[in-house]
Amino acid sequence: MMNWNLYSRGDKFFAIVVSVLVGMFTVATLYPFIYIAAVSFSSGFAAQAGKVVLTPIDATVEAYGFILQDPQFWISYRNTFIYTVGGTIMSLAFIIPGAYALSRRQLKGRRFFNLFIAFTMWFNAGLIPFFLNMRDLGLLDSMFGIILAFAVNAFNIILLRNFFESIPQSFEEAARMDGANDFQVLWKVFIPLSKPAIATITLFCIVSRWNGFFWAMVLLQSEDKIPLQVFLRHTIAKLSDDDEFAITQLAASYSAETVTAAIIVCSIIPVLLVYPWIQKYFEKGILLGGVKE
Amino acid sequence: MVDRNTGIGGNPVEEVVIEAGEALRDRAKSYTPDTNWARMVDHFKREWQLYVMLAPTIIWFIVFLYKPMYGLQIAFKDYSIFRGVANSPWVGLEHFQVLFSNEQFIRAVWNTIKISALNLLFGFPAPIILALMFNEILHATYKKTAQTIVYLPHFISSVIIAGIVITAFAPTGGIVNIILGWFGMDSIYFLTRPEWFRPIFVGTGIWQEAGFGSIVFLAAIAGVNPSLYESAVVDGANRWQMMWKITIPSILPTILIMLIIRIGNIMEVSFELVILLYQPATYETADVVNTWIYRQGLQSGQYDLAAAAGLFNALVAFVLVMTANSLSRRFSQTSLW
Repeated sequence: MMNWNLYSRGDKFFAIVVSVLVGMFTVATLYPFIYIAAVSFSSGFAAQAGKVVLTPIDATVEAYGFILQDPQFWISYRNTFIYTVGGTIMSLAFIIPGAYALSRRQLKGRRFFNLFIAFTMWFNAGLIPFFLNMRDLGLLDSMFGIILAFAVNAFNIILLRNFFESIPQSFEEAARMDGANDFQVLWKVFIPLSKPAIATITLFCIVSRWNGFFWAMVLLQSEDKIPLQVFLRHTIAKLSDDDEFAITQLAASYSAETVTAAIIVCSIIPVLLVYPWIQKYFEKGILLGGVKE
Repeated sequence: MVDRNTGIGGNPVEEVVIEAGEALRDRAKSYTPDTNWARMVDHFKREWQLYVMLAPTIIWFIVFLYKPMYGLQIAFKDYSIFRGVANSPWVGLEHFQVLFSNEQFIRAVWNTIKISALNLLFGFPAPIILALMFNEILHATYKKTAQTIVYLPHFISSVIIAGIVITAFAPTGGIVNIILGWFGMDSIYFLTRPEWFRPIFVGTGIWQEAGFGSIVFLAAIAGVNPSLYESAVVDGANRWQMMWKITIPSILPTILIMLIIRIGNIMEVSFELVILLYQPATYETADVVNTWIYRQGLQSGQYDLAAAAGLFNALVAFVLVMTANSLSRRFSQTSLW
């Protein structure tokens, strides 16, 4: 059906135009990252003078030196790892058993529980009541509070529940015949059969934890608890507002721009490292989540 | 106890006898295992593990999502931190009156709608066009590489996205002003100019999400019956005609559903990115409902007023989502949930 040799001249022309347009959009997507990387390796003077376009000018790693010797950078990097790993484990500990229970027909009140969970996708109390609730629970400025309060969401539960429901009843029955209880059925039958779906949800959790910013900014006050994204935000805000920095660093070979770019590069690298895995699963995940209930 | 349909029970003695009989039968029932009560006990004995599995999730929803809904009552109260949610005095609709006479809030509502409208106009067609274009590319490796790259920005945090935008649009040394310089134009400090906020914000959204958004449409295109194309080839149709006559009509239900979801989410502008990109100089065009709530509530401590704004926002969103769902049910026979 799509065969280049059977294409008319018009079709070939069309295919070439489309390929070029897609190529342009792809380059436009990629370019900002290349530009940021180039800025991060350029001298502060070159970056401020607007000389950096595609490749580093007066190549230097001083901006990285400035960042990497800031202890706060390492503290927040460590914190982000804690939030990501702890948060993801916490999420799975809630979501997997919860989704399994909701997927079983014998569960009484199943319709009610499903509605109870789905309702939160359509209506939520908003920022203020959520914040006041966190304060009442004593979870302000608490790392555990961040990990727990964002562990579950309706979408992930429904996604996994749908996947569990699609597993044929006979698998469960066979395990029951062998005397397995619900925990064993879940652990030995459903989890092994649901690896792609669980991998998808794990990746959703990892990405959202790694990128989480707003609530960490609002709920955490202590510098030693903030994640990388909040540190990044603080630094960008500080550098772009701080004229003093610009003046004192004029002699140095880094500037606000190059330091900002260097932090951006440092925080993108882990995302790029897991991106092949992300890509393997997320397309499936999107399509799993596409049809709810 | 009297069966009124058959008329039995007119005679008092008869009535008593019948009642006694029924009571006996009731009691007898409760000792056989097929009564409701016994069945419930039996059920929980057998299936208690399911409820143990479900309990943490349900408790989590109550503590973190439903309890704040109870806390929403401060929208109708004069909330004081010391009295707490339950003991603060009621003030009726006072906060809503303040809200709707507050020019900044009204402006934030309009800004939310305007940004969403622009997102709909430009951001919605982008992934569809991209998916249609991907579908026309024959070279598999080229296509795969392009897809891998354009999906990437979706996974990058909004702080980094904002950092990139701030660096790229910087007045001195930012790439955008460098390019303007090539054409002999004066440098513009984009992020302090209200008229530039919306184009930059919506453009950033397209750059970040168009690629990822195309996945849904590509899946829909993959589901089109190949025999349609085969007979079109026999009829001598070219690719352009096939796109308009086969592909687009086939994925129309998907387009419609996605459009309805978008309309349902009109009140949800990604305010995280707004907070990261706006500044007092651009509030005029950039301030949306959620950023207004953030400043009034979390920064200035006017919790009750901000909660009222949040309730208004949530109710509008709820009505929109529900309307959207019933529309999609009507159009496509498949509701979203």
